[in-house]
Amino acid sequence: MEAATAETRTAGQPVVIEEGIAPKLVRALGKAPVHLVLVLLGIFWLIPTTGLFITSILQASDQAKGGWWNFFAKPSAWTLENYRNMFDNEGITHALWVTTQVTIGATILPIMVAALAAYALAWIEFPGRDWVFLLVVGLLLVPVQMALIPIFRLYNTFSLYDTVPGLILFHTAFALPFAIFLLRNFFSGIPRDLMEAARIDGASEIRLFFKVILPLGLPAIASLAIFQVLFVWNDLLIGLVLAQANQPIAPAIASQLRQFGSNLDVLAPASFFSAVIPLLVFAMFQRYFVQGLLAGSVK
Amino acid sequence: MSSTGIRAEFPREGGTPPAPKTSRWHGLAIPFAFLAPALLFLSVWVIYPMLATMWRSLFSDRGDRFVGLDNYERLFTDDRLLTALKNNALWVLIIPAAVTAVGLVFAVLVERVRWSVAFKIAVFMPLAVSLFAVGVIWRIMYQQDPERGVINAGIAAVKGKFTDEGVLSSAAPSTDDLEGTPKSGFVLKQTVGPGDTALLGLTAVRVPEIPEAAEDAAQPEAVSDGIAGVVWRDFSPGGDSRPGRVDTGEVGLPGVKIELRDADGKRIDSTTAANDGTFAFEGVEAGDYRLAIANTTFVRPFGGVNWLGSSLITPSIMFSYIWVTAGFAMVIIGAGLASIPRDTLEAARTDGATEWQVFRRITVPLLAPVLTVVFVTQIIGVLKIFDLVLAVAPGSSQDDAATLAFVMWQRSFSGQNLFGLGSAISTFLLLLFIPFLIINIRRFRREAS
Repeated sequence: MEAATAETRTAGQPVVIEEGIAPKLVRALGKAPVHLVLVLLGIFWLIPTTGLFITSILQASDQAKGGWWNFFAKPSAWTLENYRNMFDNEGITHALWVTTQVTIGATILPIMVAALAAYALAWIEFPGRDWVFLLVVGLLLVPVQMALIPIFRLYNTFSLYDTVPGLILFHTAFALPFAIFLLRNFFSGIPRDLMEAARIDGASEIRLFFKVILPLGLPAIASLAIFQVLFVWNDLLIGLVLAQANQPIAPAIASQLRQFGSNLDVLAPASFFSAVIPLLVFAMFQRYFVQGLLAGSVK
Repeated sequence: MSSTGIRAEFPREGGTPPAPKTSRWHGLAIPFAFLAPALLFLSVWVIYPMLATMWRSLFSDRGDRFVGLDNYERLFTDDRLLTALKNNALWVLIIPAAVTAVGLVFAVLVERVRWSVAFKIAVFMPLAVSLFAVGVIWRIMYQQDPERGVINAGIAAVKGKFTDEGVLSSAAPSTDDLEGTPKSGFVLKQTVGPGDTALLGLTAVRVPEIPEAAEDAAQPEAVSDGIAGVVWRDFSPGGDSRPGRVDTGEVGLPGVKIELRDADGKRIDSTTAANDGTFAFEGVEAGDYRLAIANTTFVRPFGGVNWLGSSLITPSIMFSYIWVTAGFAMVIIGAGLASIPRDTLEAARTDGATEWQVFRRITVPLLAPVLTVVFVTQIIGVLKIFDLVLAVAPGSSQDDAATLAFVMWQRSFSGQNLFGLGSAISTFLLLLFIPFLIINIRRFRREAS
């Protein structure tokens, strides 16, 4: 009797589920190490930035007391005072203002110049076109170091040293090879029919450029812009060499490194704040950012 | 894998660049008008300076004397410049491979979990931050004092689990009765037995290390079935103290670990000195024994690894660089991984291939082009490494961390104005890029044809 019940029960039970749960469990358990490893790695990757942030919201006296992790769970010790001081610090606000101007100028200008050139290289037939493009590709890899010394002297002669335009022009020139390369590849993917139709309608090259090319090229231009904003905002070397009183933020705080330790209340908030803008750009335009980065892998 | 990630999403006919079939002859005026601004920028800011730098590299630092290749010779003879060359070589040998490997592992692992986006954001984020800020971040991480630097704090926490700190860092025996060193511990030459007392005098103890609880040392009282003794600071400043005798004003050394060993030197028992320095082993059977001050007494507290010191600075900077670029490699390799047909992998699994075999024999070979892109990109990036060196390395170890891009700046612009040498370093750097230049041009040619 009992045996029979047991048998019916077994038979009646939806066997499929029983077989389904076990492998699922096995698979979940098998994956547990992967999850664990990734969680640990993820935390490890977040620690350094967290450390800078916590350090930046501690008073100098607390910073001197010990490591930032002691204050991780102590919100009472947190203060925005360092940031308030930073915004009262004219050196830093000025540097931030310079960075903003240079970043805006050195993003818009190269994109405009590059778009014009890329259009000509993609859609206007002229002798030597391939050679010009070859030149552009060739210049892609020229390190900025190659230009620093002559430009430094040139800028001194023409009073461009330590000026915002000087920095913008330098950044523009070194952004061009990559920008032209990228945009020309993108532009040449625009359907020929579209271009031909517009040309037959009698549109001038200028009209074509503004009415067809630029609107259709927007995704590439957006990626390029994001890439360039981050590149210029984060630059250290060019600002360090070509400016002094009007240095962008990274070179401006670089001089603080000499007294590292005693001035963490200045260095930490300034560094973190300088990273906030790129992080915001990254958060807002993640898709374009990744695309720009993928594209930038040739640079 | 195409060379660029961004492509117009229009149906393409034929190859690149698509020359209009009904090409009209525009003359040179129109294309020139479009190209002129770009050519002006490239001529003034890139091509002219490039030629000027090459030319300048043949002149002395002040530019008044033609010196031929002397500046290049300096590059290969000056010790500090050689260090920079060596560091650059290390960077190129280690980092591209390491970053590609880390990126590959991350990309493969993260594909298996549902919350991959969160992980990707965490790993990818450092890429948006300037390398300079990254440098500051890691400078904080690498601080030597375990109270300040997270990494050393972590090591200290792990170490603390396995080893107990000793009370003293160093000491010396006050008489010839004891022999040994703090590293090996001190052994009493005389053997002892039940009922004996021992005087273990130490000198050269650092005053701040004497525990606060220390009291005046007491003469040990003999125990009939045990061994008693005292370990004390056999010296009192200004007092009347003779070596080998417990005098007034001399303090015991609480916390010092005493070992009881058999005649062969094997440890039988151990104890810790009391506040007045006394200790006792009770219930000891008759026989000859030896007493020793255990070397664990002198285990120094973990002072932190000097990550920013001259010997570790380059690996430390490299590690912070991997932290930044792993996200880049992960995303690019991840994109390549997503384009591998699932069927191929499934077929292999159905045929009984293990995960490792699938990874090794199918995934990696199919990913080879993407891995190459990451690898080459890293070589190019690493050759130019500058920001991190400046930000992470403290002044004292800057010369040990230097790379070519860094010495170029240091020699030319940080007050030294060695423009001849700086130009030679830059030109040398350009030479290192030429192989990649050729690769790029070849690729363009292939795409064009």
